[in-house]
Amino acid sequence: MMNSLSRKDWMPEAYRKTLVRQMSQHAHSEIVGMLPEGNWITRAPNLRRKAILLAKVQDEGGHGLYLYAAAETLGTSRDEMIEALHSGKAKYSTIFNYPTLTWADIGAIGWLVDGAAIMNQVPLQRTSYGPYARAMVRICKEESFHQRQGYEIMMHLAAGAAEQKRMAQDALNRWWQPSLMMFGPPDDQSPNTEQSMRWRIKRDTNDALRQKFVDITVPQAEAIGLTVPDPELKWNEARGSYDFGAVDWEEFKAVVKGQGPVAKERMAARVKAWEEGAWVRDAARAHAAKRAAAKQAAE
Amino acid sequence: MHALATHALRLGDDALILGQRLSEWCGHAPALEIDLSLANIALDCVGQATHFLALAGALEGQGRDADRLAFHRDVMDFTNCLLVEQPNGDFAQTIARQFFFAHYQHLLFERMQAVQDERFAAIAAKAVKETAYHAKLAGEWVIRLGDGTEESRARMERGLDWMWRFTGELFAMDEIDSAAIDAGAGVDKAALHPLWDARIGAVLAEAGLAPPAPHRPVLGGRIGRHSEHLGHLISDMQFLQRAYPGATW
Repeated sequence: MMNSLSRKDWMPEAYRKTLVRQMSQHAHSEIVGMLPEGNWITRAPNLRRKAILLAKVQDEGGHGLYLYAAAETLGTSRDEMIEALHSGKAKYSTIFNYPTLTWADIGAIGWLVDGAAIMNQVPLQRTSYGPYARAMVRICKEESFHQRQGYEIMMHLAAGAAEQKRMAQDALNRWWQPSLMMFGPPDDQSPNTEQSMRWRIKRDTNDALRQKFVDITVPQAEAIGLTVPDPELKWNEARGSYDFGAVDWEEFKAVVKGQGPVAKERMAARVKAWEEGAWVRDAARAHAAKRAAAKQAAE
Repeated sequence: MHALATHALRLGDDALILGQRLSEWCGHAPALEIDLSLANIALDCVGQATHFLALAGALEGQGRDADRLAFHRDVMDFTNCLLVEQPNGDFAQTIARQFFFAHYQHLLFERMQAVQDERFAAIAAKAVKETAYHAKLAGEWVIRLGDGTEESRARMERGLDWMWRFTGELFAMDEIDSAAIDAGAGVDKAALHPLWDARIGAVLAEAGLAPPAPHRPVLGGRIGRHSEHLGHLISDMQFLQRAYPGATW
């Protein structure tokens, strides 16, 4: 790749730190993001939907794995990153601190959350750090499948019985604002944007991506007869874009601080899985060490 | 129900219920790699269930498709073996269940892929490759946990012991199995038992684990007499179909 760095290249320490922060945050988001959708695998409404959802959540685990591996090339181990997540030092996407209450939430997550994620991630395929850019190429391919399957669930619900349509509209009502927040704070309040743009880690501003998301998503909602929950939403002929109402940044700040509706449940679930799995990881390490010792003795 | 339809239903129910159990781990496994492999096995199981239940519905000829069978039967009409409905417990208990079941299923499909009835043979030929991987993966974990630490060894022993009483049912033969063999679609499961014992025994020996103490087989799954666990599993699985009758998804 032209003008990209590999792990052996010299890089400023602050650049390395920013990358580790961003990549591990992204990996954590994939892992924590398995929980809200995992919540519906056993209750998926038919066998086809169950298989698709299982495959999707498995893809997310896979994304987490490549991203941890890519971040490890910068000298931080996966265990250290996970430790930072569990201690609250590392962040993950605020969106996963909202609950999945109905099946329609699985549609809304695919359509809106993965849709927003793709918009954030497509430019990262050209980001300046090679291992991150390469991981993103693979991830973006799978995310676009996720987005389509989510929209297809919503399409089906919106065209279904009245109670299914109600479920779909309710999910859109709850996920719309949090999805807009996924692009991060407004440009004039984004602490990291300017530096990250200069280093070409980031390629577009938060507000530009948010606008693009609104412009693409509003007609998709209209096409299936759902209403975007924003009374100020209006097509602006002069700009060739939608004007939309203010995002509740107070809510965003609270969720970033770990005060999202189910933030405690998400972290408790991750910590529980990690702590209860410690004996398994210990056993695997002990067995591998015994094998290695036996092999060495035999040679 | 026609004997062959019941035969297909049993195969489908085994895969469906195990897939459902394994998918409960998703997002909660001891390590990311384990999470991915359990989801992978669950996904294979859902695929096998879809094929066998669709076949059961077609053989029955009453217009029930795979979803109708999965989501609209009550507990006494489920024909899965008791082993697959057992709760996940800790990771060792899940591995014990997987180890016993995958070796059984692998032996079964190795033979079923050669039966005369092409419908059963085709599903088995696809599934046998999957079950080879499931059996290998579970066996590797039995060895790691058996050989790993004192704690993992104790947990593995408990897991094997917990699941052991349900293994006899895997090889029990009844009139449905005989009819399936006569129709060129079934396998003599009783004949698989010694082969299974040998495969299980070899892995346990490598893990330094003794086979669990003999236990009278607990039976009943094939005729709809289940453990208390299954009702909870299906009420969770069937929730949407029950709450919104007639809706499509």
